[in-house]
Amino acid sequence: MTKTPLQFRHNGRDVALFVDGGVNLLVALRELIGDMTPKFGCGQGGCGACSVLIDGELHLSCLTLAETVNGRSVETLDGLKEGPNLHPLQRAFMEQFAAQCGYCTPGMLMAAKALLDRNPSPTRAEVVEAISGNICRCTGYEPIINAILAAASGGRARA
Amino acid sequence: MAKHRGRGIASINYPIGMNLGGDPSQALVHSNPSGKFTVSMSSIDLGQGMKSVTRQICAETLGVPVEDVYVDTADSDTGPHCMGSFASRGTHRVGNAVMAAAREARGVMMEAAAEELEVNAADLETDGRGNIHVKGAPHRSISTKDVAIAAQFKQGKTISGRGIFLVPLSEVNPETGEMSPATCYAHACLVAEVEVDDETGEVAMVRMDSAYELGRALNPRLVEQQLVGGAWMGISHALFETPEPYYPNPAHGPRDFVEYLMPGPGDICPHDIAVLERPAADGPFGAKGPGEMCANPVLPAVANAIFNAVGVRMDELPITPEKVLRAIKAQGGARPQARR
Repeated sequence: MTKTPLQFRHNGRDVALFVDGGVNLLVALRELIGDMTPKFGCGQGGCGACSVLIDGELHLSCLTLAETVNGRSVETLDGLKEGPNLHPLQRAFMEQFAAQCGYCTPGMLMAAKALLDRNPSPTRAEVVEAISGNICRCTGYEPIINAILAAASGGRARA
Repeated sequence: MAKHRGRGIASINYPIGMNLGGDPSQALVHSNPSGKFTVSMSSIDLGQGMKSVTRQICAETLGVPVEDVYVDTADSDTGPHCMGSFASRGTHRVGNAVMAAAREARGVMMEAAAEELEVNAADLETDGRGNIHVKGAPHRSISTKDVAIAAQFKQGKTISGRGIFLVPLSEVNPETGEMSPATCYAHACLVAEVEVDDETGEVAMVRMDSAYELGRALNPRLVEQQLVGGAWMGISHALFETPEPYYPNPAHGPRDFVEYLMPGPGDICPHDIAVLERPAADGPFGAKGPGEMCANPVLPAVANAIFNAVGVRMDELPITPEKVLRAIKAQGGARPQARR
């Protein structure tokens, strides 16, 4: 099969690779670039574990053809930390015990980042809406919602 | 057509661990010349905090800072045997094994320290900050690191300990069927409030109030995390998920996350939890285990709340809108019960 050349920005760095037709972005990120932070959950857009930002918009990388991100900017959890420091969302997730097995965490963090980037002071209902495409089996969602609200209020943890 | 509020209560007892084969787990503890300790085991941490809690138990028993303990687990090829992470047994069974191993290692460490300080080991105590000193004479002191180095390079001793926890197998009395399957029980009580739509059969969670008695909470944040997440799973079992919706007919089972229903972040409700601590006589530092029992009281409490709201007794899980609606129709309409 003919391979297609593909160039895009991956967490602020230019990458160039050749992909087979029909390869999705999740496979390109994990298997061709080696960024294992987006997770394969269901492969059909039902769980949100593979969530990434494309030009700042939240997308399911398992349902995105890799070729469609040519020339665009893709952000994954791998690029979330700021140098040696954790992103405020990552710190809040830690402080609020918002992870147990951790498999949904990358998708949750990217969904939360997409929300806070466009709405820095969301209501609880807006946080719920923002992560409603992401399945978590362990936490019961409550600590995740609290973590996002805490990060939004500048790390001041809610009681 | 209306929405009806109802409240239901349920109480449970939950046995910690199981009886099969005595339900043993093992752990090994040894020091490195750096003065740090490693716990070796094969017990799985699948997010519930097994590594954190065994690390705490080991550090507390050895009398060293928690930062000085590493937990190496989950390789059943090389680690000492564990029955597994299930039956709410991790903290209790594995914790006891780690405690026994750490106690033995502490004995060797104190003997090695005694040799260095030229005193009797019985006269020594740990300060919890990485030092061992003579009781009443803190200046006669040696660091655990220096003890580890002396043991390794001078005395030729391994500072190590072995631990196993085994509940003697309880035989079944063939006459009466009587047995003692567990030595330790946790308890919980939960009140669920729901809103039932008698037009659609939908059940919405309004709030939950619960009290869990689980021995000593060795790590209160991890316990809370278990209880919050476990109660969500209880809601899910009560109202949403099933692999076989027409059981025992296996047809129409869900095949993926689109068909396998679970409550999303918009389906949860406020949950006020009280943790009651009554230390267990045979638990590590009195701990039982906040495992599966987190979910258990939710199911009967929700079923009772539905009865209180619309007067139908639901006895099959999950309690789907279809089942509720059929039951309401069968009794000729919603019959809200008295609120207490």
